[in-house]
Amino acid sequence: MIQYASIILFVIGIYGLFVSKNVIKMIVSLNIMEIGLNIFIISIGFVGGGAIAPIISSTQDLGLIFVDPLPQALVLTAIVIGVGTTALALAFAKTIYKTYNTFELDEMEESA
Amino acid sequence: MRKLFGLLITIALGVMIILALDKTSAFPKFGEVNLQERISNQYLTEENVEMVGSANIVTAIVVGYRGFDTLGEVTVLFISALGVAFIFGGTKQQRLDLKFKPNFMLRVGSNVLLGIILVTSIYIILHGHLTPGGGFPGGAIIASAVLLLYLADDKFRSNVKGFKLIEGIAGSIFVVVGLLGLVFATAFLENFLPVGTVGQLLSAGIIPIIYVLIGLKVGSEIAGVVDNFLTEEESA
Repeated sequence: MIQYASIILFVIGIYGLFVSKNVIKMIVSLNIMEIGLNIFIISIGFVGGGAIAPIISSTQDLGLIFVDPLPQALVLTAIVIGVGTTALALAFAKTIYKTYNTFELDEMEESA
Repeated sequence: MRKLFGLLITIALGVMIILALDKTSAFPKFGEVNLQERISNQYLTEENVEMVGSANIVTAIVVGYRGFDTLGEVTVLFISALGVAFIFGGTKQQRLDLKFKPNFMLRVGSNVLLGIILVTSIYIILHGHLTPGGGFPGGAIIASAVLLLYLADDKFRSNVKGFKLIEGIAGSIFVVVGLLGLVFATAFLENFLPVGTVGQLLSAGIIPIIYVLIGLKVGSEIAGVVDNFLTEEESA
């Protein structure tokens, strides 16, 4: 069920990218897409029936049921890349605002 | 018109994604995953856990099995920080003139909070192989401490050159540790130190060393990005 919620988040992000003409809103849409994907990847690794986080205190704990650790490791990578791309996108947005004094794409075309 | 069109396209896309996932047998329902069939099951066997020695299996994957991937990841973060610095270029930088001034509570509270935040970040970085956390969240917390300093004082500039130095040294030592694995073991970034007991602070070989380096690198990179966003070129 939560997988459908994450797909809906992803689709909301795509809709935002289609419709919005504001640079900041586009960056926010990109982040919503990314969060949807991250939740989706994490949910793939969930194991029902009282599984715990893949952290052990000693090797005797290995008989317990764990959730899949591999999607979590991949999402850790994805989050860091997301921070990098968001920082770069916001830097572009700041430069755009300095040049055109607006974030709206339509007003930029008029002033150009 | 544009909004309706976008709505139709996104709804079609969503339905397509859901239908495509519903029809495949390779994609199990939520919570009904059989871990025995997956490759992740091998990360959880006793001999492999004792070989890597990290109590946190996610850390074992990120830094142990996929260490080379993590090196690429910090490189991507470095390149994006470099891009931000390049866009906001210029040698003479001064603080951005914000319309609001930090109030009394923020100025006094930041002095109290700064130490707590830094100690928390050091704890999280050092216990990356034992508890949830590690170099990436710990580095982000270091950067948040720097951001607090910037917010609490509208004249404050951190030592940006020092951050760049830390970042370069940490990244270089990461590569050197990997090359030492090539010398003392068989592969790049392979563990060449004794593993120790699982669950101890001094265990898991090179994993804590690499996570401390990643924490320093990520913290100084994001702090540099914060500095870039809050400064502007001096209007002469």
